Amino acid sequence: MNIWVRLITLLFVSLILFLATTTAFAYLTLFERRILARLQNRVGPNRAGPGGFFQPLADALKLFFKEEITPAQADKAVYTIAPALAMIPAIVLFAVIPFGAYLDLSFLLGEAARYVPIQLADVNVGVLFLLAVTSIGVYGVTLGGWSSNNKYSMLGGIRAAAQMVSYELALGLSILVAIMLTTTPTTQEAANASLCSLMFGQQPVAEISALSTCRIVESQGGWWNIFKPTGLLAFGIFWLASTAEVVRAPFDLVEAEQELVGGFNTEYSSMKFALFFMAEYIKLIAISAIGVVLFLGGWRGPGVDLLYSLGYPNVAGLVSLGYFLLKLIAFLFFSIWVRATLPRFKYNQLMDLGWKRLLPISLGLVAVTAVFAVVTQDMNPYIAGLFGGFRR
Amino acid sequence: MEIAFFIITALLTIGAAVAMVLSHNAVHSALWLVLNFFGVAVLYLLLNAPFLAMVQITVYAGAIMVLFLFVIMLLGSEQGQEEVNGLPWQTPVALVMGLLLVVMAGYALFFPGTPVPTTQTPNEIGAPDILARKLFSTYLLPFEITSVLLLVALIGAVVLTMKSREGDRV
Repeated sequence: MNIWVRLITLLFVSLILFLATTTAFAYLTLFERRILARLQNRVGPNRAGPGGFFQPLADALKLFFKEEITPAQADKAVYTIAPALAMIPAIVLFAVIPFGAYLDLSFLLGEAARYVPIQLADVNVGVLFLLAVTSIGVYGVTLGGWSSNNKYSMLGGIRAAAQMVSYELALGLSILVAIMLTTTPTTQEAANASLCSLMFGQQPVAEISALSTCRIVESQGGWWNIFKPTGLLAFGIFWLASTAEVVRAPFDLVEAEQELVGGFNTEYSSMKFALFFMAEYIKLIAISAIGVVLFLGGWRGPGVDLLYSLGYPNVAGLVSLGYFLLKLIAFLFFSIWVRATLPRFKYNQLMDLGWKRLLPISLGLVAVTAVFAVVTQDMNPYIAGLFGGFRR
Repeated sequence: MEIAFFIITALLTIGAAVAMVLSHNAVHSALWLVLNFFGVAVLYLLLNAPFLAMVQITVYAGAIMVLFLFVIMLLGSEQGQEEVNGLPWQTPVALVMGLLLVVMAGYALFFPGTPVPTTQTPNEIGAPDILARKLFSTYLLPFEITSVLLLVALIGAVVLTMKSREGDRV
């Protein structure tokens, strides 16, 4: 394919993804406020439109017309780019997330579009890409706190830097367990073309890296990673660490109203504030999507493979997308539920949990997973699959 | 197109490095350095080494520079004082060595030797699994030595904090 056509297609798909993400953000805020209200025996916003459906629009309109104030002593340049630095990594995360299997658009666009993946890009270092982008997400919050030239904002920023760096370790190690559970394909599988190789060029399945997000979902055809013993533990650690990484309750010390007036974003108003707010929620959606891909089998669900083999690729593709979104919503609901239930941690408790509990446990878990994988590799394929044994 | 992309990235990287040195505010310097790291990561991508590029961003931009920022912000030392040059002999030595580097780079540019023959295509070298296999077989000893070195540094840091705590108790 012509490189320019490919470039324009990618840009177009990116634009769709961007709009979908921001819309998802808008309705996540409504979803959260309604659910929180239910959990606290209130009604929640239900006036704008049917069931409060237009509430996000009203909020956005209000924020657009608010006065924008820059503190006189702020570091102007950094103050201005900080919200963008928070926003960009949050959105970029979606580039490698497989939302579904594939669609067959050959009736519309010709033979080249027989396998159109419901995913922007598949890179052979996909998971590392996710880790790299998450790790730079801290700059927006930290710099926002520093550049405001406000003691409380800066405390929030400093807390953010320490917290995110601390929890990245446990997060990375729990992701490593998921990668270790991604079994190398058998020679039988390698002989057939896999979904990933069909969707992204014709490379043989044995050459697809286990770091590829597409391959991780594909390998969960038998057991999802959460149903494997080590995978379940890793999922628990992933969930705790990711909640801390996106500074959600109960780990939301960077914006503790009672101690810090507001938090790192105290001095921000209007659309700059809205960008921070957006970044926070989009990061929550992204990290939940990563959790679904790594542990909950991504787009996999009963019937998808059957529909493909029966020859309804478009129905199957949409069903797979539906499964993914269903799991994502369940994940987000759980996150909101926890926010309504648990009080905020103290700072020393937060650091203790990260360094003295989660880090050693996840290190041990990586070792245990490796041992299981080697011990079970020659056993019954079902047992080997359960423990991530490297089948040959 | 690749050449154009390389030139833009290289200029950006060098520009960020220069801006880092010239900037008076420590936080701005740190940010320019982060931009520089990103430029280098893109250069790695152009060299078909995606693994290295991602590790560059995660480790340098994502962890080390965040800690730098953390320390700068914690100490409130954004505006460095006008310092006296404590090492007066350093300037001429630095000049000579810098000149030497320029001469060497120029020599390599104008009198290129025979290129070292490679058995693998660049595509293969950059792949994460091949890199891992090399690291744990051919280059196992350097790998282990590096990890021992890091462990020593780790223990050293712990010992330093332990000592000050004992001092408090006495």
